Amino acid sequence: MKKRYIILTAYLVLIMLPIYWMLNMSLRTNADIMARLVFIPTEITFDNYITIFTDSAWYSGYINSIIYVVLNTIICLVTALPAAYAFSRYSFIGDKHVFFWLLTNRMAPAAVFLLPFFQLYSTFNLIDTHIAVALAHCLFNLPLTVWILEGFISGVPREIDETAFIDGYKFPRFFFFVFIPLIRSGIGVAAFFCFMFSWVELLFARTLTTTAAKPIAATMTRTVSSSGLDWGLLAAAGFLTIVPGALVIWFVRNYLAKGFALGRV
Amino acid sequence: MAQISLDEIAHSYLPFPKTDADYALKRIHNIWDDGGAYALLGPSGCGKTTLLNIISGLLKPSKGRVRFGDTDVTDLPPEKRNIAQVFQFPVLYDTMTVFNNLAFPLKNRGFDTAYINARVKEVARILELEAVLHKKAEGLGADAKQKISLGRGLVREDVAAILFDEPLTVIDPQLKWQLRCKLKEIHEQLKLTLIYVTHDQVEALTFADQIIVMYEGKIVQIGTPQELFEYPDHKFVGYFIGSPGMNFLPCTMENGKARVGEHDIPLDDRTAALGNRATGSLELGIRPLYLTIHVQETAGSFQVPVQSVEDQGSYRVVALAFNDQTIRARIAENDPVPGSRAWVSFPKKWIRLFENDHLLK
Amino acid sequence: MKKWQDNKGWLFILPVFIIVAFSAIIPLMTVVNYSIQDIFGPGQRIFVGTEWFKETLTDPRLHEALWRQLLFSGLVLLIEMPLGIAIALTMPTKKGLGSSVCLVLIALPLLIPWNVIGTIWIIFTRPDIGLMGAFINNMGITFDHTASGLHAWITLMLMEVWHWTPLVILLAYAGLRSIPEAYYQAARIDGASAWAIFKYIQLPKMRGVLTIALLLRFMDSFLIYAEPFVLTGGGPGNATTFLSIYLVKIAVGQFDLGPAGAFSLIYFLIVLLFCYLFYQVLLNVGKGESS
Repeated sequence: MKKRYIILTAYLVLIMLPIYWMLNMSLRTNADIMARLVFIPTEITFDNYITIFTDSAWYSGYINSIIYVVLNTIICLVTALPAAYAFSRYSFIGDKHVFFWLLTNRMAPAAVFLLPFFQLYSTFNLIDTHIAVALAHCLFNLPLTVWILEGFISGVPREIDETAFIDGYKFPRFFFFVFIPLIRSGIGVAAFFCFMFSWVELLFARTLTTTAAKPIAATMTRTVSSSGLDWGLLAAAGFLTIVPGALVIWFVRNYLAKGFALGRV
Repeated sequence: MAQISLDEIAHSYLPFPKTDADYALKRIHNIWDDGGAYALLGPSGCGKTTLLNIISGLLKPSKGRVRFGDTDVTDLPPEKRNIAQVFQFPVLYDTMTVFNNLAFPLKNRGFDTAYINARVKEVARILELEAVLHKKAEGLGADAKQKISLGRGLVREDVAAILFDEPLTVIDPQLKWQLRCKLKEIHEQLKLTLIYVTHDQVEALTFADQIIVMYEGKIVQIGTPQELFEYPDHKFVGYFIGSPGMNFLPCTMENGKARVGEHDIPLDDRTAALGNRATGSLELGIRPLYLTIHVQETAGSFQVPVQSVEDQGSYRVVALAFNDQTIRARIAENDPVPGSRAWVSFPKKWIRLFENDHLLK
Repeated sequence: MKKWQDNKGWLFILPVFIIVAFSAIIPLMTVVNYSIQDIFGPGQRIFVGTEWFKETLTDPRLHEALWRQLLFSGLVLLIEMPLGIAIALTMPTKKGLGSSVCLVLIALPLLIPWNVIGTIWIIFTRPDIGLMGAFINNMGITFDHTASGLHAWITLMLMEVWHWTPLVILLAYAGLRSIPEAYYQAARIDGASAWAIFKYIQLPKMRGVLTIALLLRFMDSFLIYAEPFVLTGGGPGNATTFLSIYLVKIAVGQFDLGPAGAFSLIYFLIVLLFCYLFYQVLLNVGKGESS
C-alpha cells in the first residue's frame, strides 16, 4: 500500500513541475527571470496578470475563446441529444452507416480540412466570427457527443419510454421532463468533453479567425513572434488558459469515471 | 474442519465509532457446529453480509475474536482460513476455461499438476460440470457459473466451511430449486459446514437445519425452522417468518384471559401464568395459519367484519377487522369463504404473549 | 436491446447530419477536387487524373515522414499504455477528497490548449530559464532541442507522454473502478497473488476501455501537429516533420493544392485503415477470451 502511493506522488509531482514552473515565472518580472533561476520566487509581482486583465488585446482573447467554446457546447448538446436518442431507440435505413460515418470524422486529420474550411467559410462570409469556429469544432465534437450520449441513453431501459407514452406523455414533454433528467450525468460528461476538445483546439480556431474572434491561444503565439520575448507575460497568459479547464473538471469529477467506464470517449 | 466460534464480535465501518448506531454489528457471540447447515436470515442492511465477511476474513472485526476450532484466526487473511465463499453474482475468471477456474486456488497454493487434475475432475463430477470443463467460463449460464464459483471452494480438501452470500439471486426460479438440492446433496456428501446468507425465508427454511435471524446488527433468534415458526422469540421474527406475518394485538390480563378492547380471549394455564407475572406492555400474537374462521356463529368465537379475501393460489388470506385492527387469517383453498362477516376463534394452543416485544416463556 | 423499427429516426438525426455534412462533406469534396486537378489560378484548372496521387505516393520525403510518424506513434503507445495502466493501479480506490484531487491533477494536462503545451515545454527545457534545461545542463550535458534531432525527439516524447498519458490513466482508472468488489474478495479467498489478480481480473475487465485508449492515442498521435510545430516547426532539419506538418508545408507553405489534396486523402485512408485493423485485431483477441 505504501509503495503505490510513493509512485503516485512521484508521478503527480513530475506532472505538476512544468505547470508549476510556468506559474513560478508568471509571478516574476522578465528581468528577474533572465537574471536567475529560483525554485521559489522571492519577489512576487502580479504585474503580468494585471497587464492581461487590463489590456483588451489580451483579455479579449479569453472572451473570444470562451464564447466559441460555449457556443460549440450548446450546438453539440442540442443537436446530439435527439440524434443519440434516435440511434439508441430506433432502427432506420442506414443507421449503422451514418453512425460509423460520423465517427470517421473524429479520425480526419485536421490539417486535411484546413484550406477547404477557409474557402468554405469565406464563401458564407463567416470568417472571423465565433460561430465559424463553433461550427468547425462540431466536426469532431458532434460525433463524440452523439457517441457518449448514445451510451448513456442505451443504459436507460426502453420500458421507461413505453410507460411514459402509455401514461399519455407527448414526445416533447416526455423528452424534456422525463428523459433528460434521467441522463443528466451523461449530459454533464458530454458537455465536459465538448468544452475540453474545443478549448484545446487551435488549428481551426486560428485559421478561421483574424482579429475579432481570435482565441487566446493564437494571441499567445503572435505575441511570441512580435513583441520579443516577455516570458513572464507569456507564462501568465498560459497559466490562465489552464484555469477554466481545471474549474470545469472539478465540477464533473464524480461523473468522469462513470462516463469513461461506459467506454465512450 | 472445525467448529467456528465468534467471541463478542462487533463491527463498525467507521474508523472511530461512538454510539451504538455506528456499529453495523452490535454484539455477536455464537458458536457454529462443525458440519451444520446454517442460514443467516434478515432484511437488507441487518448486518448478515458483514458477519459473513468477518467469518471469511474479508473484514477484520472492530472488536472480538474469531476462532476455528482452537486456533484464533482473527488476524489471518482469507486465503489462510480454509473457507470458501460464493458471492451474490458469479465471480469467474472470464479469460480462463472452466478447468482453469477450478484449478486456480490450487495453483496459487503450489500443488503439483497430477493432484490438481485429480481434484478438479473429482469436483467437476460432483457438480456435473464435466461436459463444459474445457469451455471458456464466460459463455455459460448463470447457474453453471455459480456452480463454478462453488467448485473453486470445493477443490480445496482442507476447506472447513463454505459461505454463501445470497448465491441464488441471479438464478432463474426453476433452476433455483435444482441448485438448492445440489447444495443439500453436497452438504450431506462432504459434511462441510455451510453458512448461507439470504433475505428469502423460503430459501432459509428449506436449506438450513438452524436459522439465525438477524435484525439491526443483532442476532434475534437461533433455531430450527419449526421453533422460529411456533415460538418466535421477538416480534420481528414473528413478522419476518411466515406468510403473512404473525398477528399482534395489544392486550391486558383480566382474570386469566387476555383482554383485547372489549373481547376476552381465553388462554391456557401456562400462558395465563406467564401473562399474570408480566409487568411491561403486553401483546397477544398468533399465526394467521392457526386462526380459525367460521362462516356461522360457533361457541367461543367472535363475530368480525371481513375486509378482504385474497387468493394466493394454494391458500387464501382473509383480512378481518378485530377491535379496530386488521388481523389476517390463512385458510385452505377448499375451506368455505366467508361473506361480509365471519366468526373467528383463537385456539389456546397457538396463542403467544409478548412483553415489550419479547416472547414470554 | 431491441429497437423500434421507424424511419422517423432520420428526423432526429437530421440536425447532426446537416452540421457534420456541412463541415465534412463539402471540404472533403473540395479536397478530392484539388487532388485531380492542377490549379494555376481562378478559373484555370486542368484535369490531371491520378497524376498527383502517383507523385505523392513516390515522394521520398513523404515516405520519410510516414516512417517517422509510425515510429513516433509506436513509441507513444509503447510508453503511454503501460505507464497509464501502472499509474491507474496506484490511484486511491475509495471515493473521497484524495481521489478527487488526484483525478483533477492528473487530468490537468489534457485541458491545456495544445500550443500552450508547446510553450510550457519550451520554457521548461530552455537551458537559461527552464528548470529541466538548466538541470540537465548543470550535469554537463548540452541539451538543445533546436540543434539536435535526438534532443528534439526526446523533448517531444516527454511532452507527448506528459500531455496524453493522463487520458490512458483516466480510462484505465474508470475500467478498474467498474470491477465489482466481489472479484477482489474471491481472488483473496482463492489466494491469488497481485500479479494473478492483475492478469486474470483487472486486465480482462479493462479490455474495453484500453481498446478505446489505444485507438484514441494512436489516432491523435498519428495526427500530431501543434506540439512539434510550436516546439521546432518540424526541425531541426526535418527531424520532427511528421505527416501533418509536411502536409501543411505543402498546402500552405508552397500552395501546391493538387499534391496536398492527394496527400490528404491518402493520409485519411491510412488512419482509417490502421484504426480498422487495430479494431479488428482487438475484437478477435477478445472473442475467444472475454466479454
